[in-house]
Amino acid sequence: MATKNFMFVNRKAPYGTVYALESLEVVLIGAAFEQDVSLAFVGDGVYQIAKGQSTDGIGMKNFSPTYKALGDYEVTKLYVEKESLEARGLTLDDLMDLTWEDEDDDYAEKPSIRLVSSAELAAVFDEQDVVLSF
Amino acid sequence: MSTLHTVNKSPFERDSLSSCIRLAAKGCAILLIEDGVFGAMSGTDHSDMVQGAMKDATVYVLGPDLAARGMSEDRVIDGIQVVDYSGFVDLTTKFDTCQSWL
Amino acid sequence: MKYSIMVNEGPYTHQASDTALHFCKAALDAGHEIFRVFFYHDGVNNGTRYTVPPQDDRNIQQEWSKLAKAHDIDLVICIAAAQRRGIMDADEAKRQGLDGDNIAPGFRISGLGQLIEGGIICDRQLVFGD
Repeated sequence: MATKNFMFVNRKAPYGTVYALESLEVVLIGAAFEQDVSLAFVGDGVYQIAKGQSTDGIGMKNFSPTYKALGDYEVTKLYVEKESLEARGLTLDDLMDLTWEDEDDDYAEKPSIRLVSSAELAAVFDEQDVVLSF
Repeated sequence: MSTLHTVNKSPFERDSLSSCIRLAAKGCAILLIEDGVFGAMSGTDHSDMVQGAMKDATVYVLGPDLAARGMSEDRVIDGIQVVDYSGFVDLTTKFDTCQSWL
Repeated sequence: MKYSIMVNEGPYTHQASDTALHFCKAALDAGHEIFRVFFYHDGVNNGTRYTVPPQDDRNIQQEWSKLAKAHDIDLVICIAAAQRRGIMDADEAKRQGLDGDNIAPGFRISGLGQLIEGGIICDRQLVFGD
């Protein structure tokens, strides 16, 4: 099978709708097909990886720990748009600490989140073969 | 690589169009469909934003969705091309990738 | 061109399924191939045979079933999304101990791998949603 650049675009907050959860399920499957997988968090999508989610009060499953597993599935490129964070009064510190282990660098732990400007993210989008929006 | 972006929500309802414009690379195309067609209309609070986008992107609007909503093609922003579904298909063949802004 | 289509919303509530149908018809008229239509999120609701829309309105499920039959299109309903929303084929219903199934003709239930595969082997991937 060919290798394509797959981009998963997340623009919606978690829990208010199902898209965040169900899109994550697609990402995990996509990773298993050995494609070049990236995620982008834009607009309210940045809230999907906010720290400290606690869902007992709303009776829904807290699926945020699943983002931590992405590194193990070799999904190591999580683009977060700087402008989207700033508009929401958030910084990197407000986001989960998502990492991957680089086996080519003695399994050094590296951050998966790439904070990018709109212009940088536009360039990344333009390199994609398949873009899935949820 | 060049991209055909589609926007299907009204700019008055959601930030889909403004996000698309902000994140679309130069030389791409933007096609407004479904409720997104309101973004093609002149004289709205969003017309300047769309006209600004037209410096770097070619903007199209889906005619059947305009007509359905009673929006006259006469009042579409100058320079936005009206296409039908076969035009939509055509655009997907001319651009390498399709990206939907929902 | 070979197209892979994703439909993220159910019939009637959102225009997504209608737009996808019109796109597919136009693509087929132009001589292109629609390889697969993958229904995800509420899109799985396009695949129940129990919808009874008003007589003077379009029947979205039947439009998909007819199009698929005429042009050999693979209509796939995501199993995980289907289970959440109660779209069942006979096998799945039996497996789950349910007293009936509701899948529409021409649709089949399968995994998310079908969506990824479509994206890999087709020339273009389109997403219709909300």
